[in-house]
Amino acid sequence: MTEIPPVLRLEGIVKTFPGVRALDGVSFSVMPGEVHALMGENGAGKSTLMKVLGGIHAPDAGQIFIDEQPTVMTSPQQAKAKGLVFIHQELSLADELSVAENIFLGELPLKSMGRVDWPRLYADTDAILKTLNVGFNARTRVGDLSIANQQMVEIGRALTVDPRAVIFDEPTASLTDAEKSVLFDVIADLKARGVGIIYISHRMEEIFRMTDRITVLRDGSYRGTLETARTNEDEVTQAMIGRSLDLSRNASHHELGEIALEVRGLSCGKLLQGVSFSVRRGEVLGFYGLVGAGRTEIAETLFGLRDPSAGQILLNGVAVRIASPIAAMSHGIALVPEDRKAQGLVLGMNCRDNMTLPQVGDLSAGPFVSNGAEIAIFDQYRDKLDIRTPGWRQLVGNLSGGNQQKIVIGKWLSMRPEVLIVDEPTRGIDVGSKAEIHNLIRDLAAQGFAVIVISSEMPEVLHLSDRIVAMFAGRVIREFTSEEVTEDSLIQAISGITADRVA
Amino acid sequence: MTPQTRKDLVKQGAIWAFIVAELIFFSIAGEFLSVSDKAFMDIDNMLLLLKQSAPIGIIAVGMTVVMINGNIDLSVGATFALSAIVLLDSMTWPIFAGLGDWVIPVSWLLALLTGAVLGAINGLIVWKTGVDAFIVTLGSMLGYRGLVFMYNGEQPTSNLNWTLVDLAEAQFLGLHTATWFLLGATLALWLLMTETVHGRNAYAIGNNREAAVNAGIRVGPHFLWNFVLIGTLAALSAVVFYSESGSVNPNDGMLYELWAITAVVLGGTKLSGGYGSIISTLGGVIAIQLLRKGLGHIGADTETVNLVIGLILIAVLFLDRQLNRKGKEELKT
Repeated sequence: MTEIPPVLRLEGIVKTFPGVRALDGVSFSVMPGEVHALMGENGAGKSTLMKVLGGIHAPDAGQIFIDEQPTVMTSPQQAKAKGLVFIHQELSLADELSVAENIFLGELPLKSMGRVDWPRLYADTDAILKTLNVGFNARTRVGDLSIANQQMVEIGRALTVDPRAVIFDEPTASLTDAEKSVLFDVIADLKARGVGIIYISHRMEEIFRMTDRITVLRDGSYRGTLETARTNEDEVTQAMIGRSLDLSRNASHHELGEIALEVRGLSCGKLLQGVSFSVRRGEVLGFYGLVGAGRTEIAETLFGLRDPSAGQILLNGVAVRIASPIAAMSHGIALVPEDRKAQGLVLGMNCRDNMTLPQVGDLSAGPFVSNGAEIAIFDQYRDKLDIRTPGWRQLVGNLSGGNQQKIVIGKWLSMRPEVLIVDEPTRGIDVGSKAEIHNLIRDLAAQGFAVIVISSEMPEVLHLSDRIVAMFAGRVIREFTSEEVTEDSLIQAISGITADRVA
Repeated sequence: MTPQTRKDLVKQGAIWAFIVAELIFFSIAGEFLSVSDKAFMDIDNMLLLLKQSAPIGIIAVGMTVVMINGNIDLSVGATFALSAIVLLDSMTWPIFAGLGDWVIPVSWLLALLTGAVLGAINGLIVWKTGVDAFIVTLGSMLGYRGLVFMYNGEQPTSNLNWTLVDLAEAQFLGLHTATWFLLGATLALWLLMTETVHGRNAYAIGNNREAAVNAGIRVGPHFLWNFVLIGTLAALSAVVFYSESGSVNPNDGMLYELWAITAVVLGGTKLSGGYGSIISTLGGVIAIQLLRKGLGHIGADTETVNLVIGLILIAVLFLDRQLNRKGKEELKT
């Protein structure tokens, strides 16, 4: 068998920014019809590498070969013309335009005098959509599509050229399991057509399901390429962080206290339907379910952001009504929200001001804020949570994801809550910081907080929780203790297949 | 000093550097082009400039607070005119006839109250309906101006009270009464925005409203208070100006909202909210007034002045954008 040349080959790519060597001699190649995973912690250099490939950054040294032809990338448009296409994590579509207009945006087929050739546009688009096997047509308004289908439009955009290599950057971040499998079919189809695929993701499960080889970056340097079939999660993690990560089951060994929060028959329109559960002091209660199962809605209802249509919330055995976040806080409930940047932090404000935001009024002397008291609180929680920042004046927007999350957690701990709700504790946080946040959550439970953890990552829920509530379509399907839960039973529960229905 | 604070200093110093540049330019150009033989930087001229900055300036500092919130108030010009009418007309009302000169503080209060109420109406609508402040105050701008015309038709409302005129023309420590009001309002709002809980919340809401809600800040009432604040300041501006002039035309105060917004933006406050400084707005106000006076000094007419201010506004914001670009990482547009 003759050696097949790779579709894309990088050789000794070096990129230095003032003070940082972002890429230090990275080399790897992608074969035709190969799905090649690119992994590494945040800051390992993945994004920079993609920007070099896309022509946004020029490399200081090294070369890119497409079909063994040395190529200099100067812009994303030019990269696309060379057959290198990017599917970004964040969608960049115009909601008000049709699918066809989005797919051919900037390259609409024209008739004479600059008029758009609509029949051809729709025909070309439908031809592309056919290969993607989707249930919408060229004239559909993009804003009416689900996120998964919008992603298909992005992929459709990539197919307007005959791609040599397609780069997927965290493509499944906002997809449900069903939507993911559609995406994987598309990837398999591209693969069958001999296209090389670079697949960037943090999710081990997908990596092991989808890819042929895994290239790992750490601190800007190349750490090797592993054959997916001949490696395992531990080995990959170790290559990424330089040590192995403990994700074993971790039930509490300390005594649990009284029931801190009890919820009976909580409903909220169709989003929540008769949800009941309780959580004790010192316990971590995990919520697991698909997107739309009602996990986040529980958190929002408990924090006063949604009005329940029925049901009772009891704190320390007393029924309470929580009409607003202020009421929730006064009852000792704190929420670390799902989307840190959009819901949890004021990115343009400094660390201290963010941390004291809910209580700045209580700290004030008369109408004036008390700088000293605020700094004292910041210092206390910076030390306690090991927040790494040059000082309280640092804008929160400049911190890493893990440190940002610690600021949000510190903000609520300083309010001395009894019940701490953490929605997606480690979303978008790199592997190393993840372990720190996990340990922190376990510690908080050990200190006697009642903790509710909501996560879409099964290993995380299994690792952290003493008990797990499985949800499906706004209902609690089953409650597991950490001893009895298995991955299979949990997946069955959240897919709406209950054990008793099967039996 | 962190890079962040250094960057902030540069940003907040820029408007003052611009003012210095204007002073130098007009002083030199005035030597060759001026129609008067007085120097531009004459102390009386500068004191007058501050006094003339007061009506827009008092509104502009309030506008800064509203814009840091991520809102805007287009109705300030109409509020200004309506408060002025209440100020002048209430002094002639028969029920106050027995008060003598004590009618002055009463009329002042009535005028300020008018502004507060008009602002509260804006704030309540923004709070309770959730409609964008731009739209709400665009509507109230037209509505309040309608009220102004309903009051006296096309006729001016006049009442000159000489005690009041004396008071308005008085100088204390060299500065005119109007200047003192401008400086007082600036100082008060600077303290509000830098040292109080309300100010901290204003920045937080403008920067990330959802995070502010999640931190238990009541956004609606916060907006309401800021609209009351700017309504009252628009009225205060009217009080300061009409105490001296004694006559208000139904078209007075038109475009004041735009001049105030111009000054705020020149001072570096972001239209999208979350970032801005009261002191820089004062700089913006003075910079605009300097341009008007300076161009007049070298013999330009009003039309030219507006054209130049417009061009400079765009040039300054373009420059600001260039300075704040994130290097080559920024998206090409």
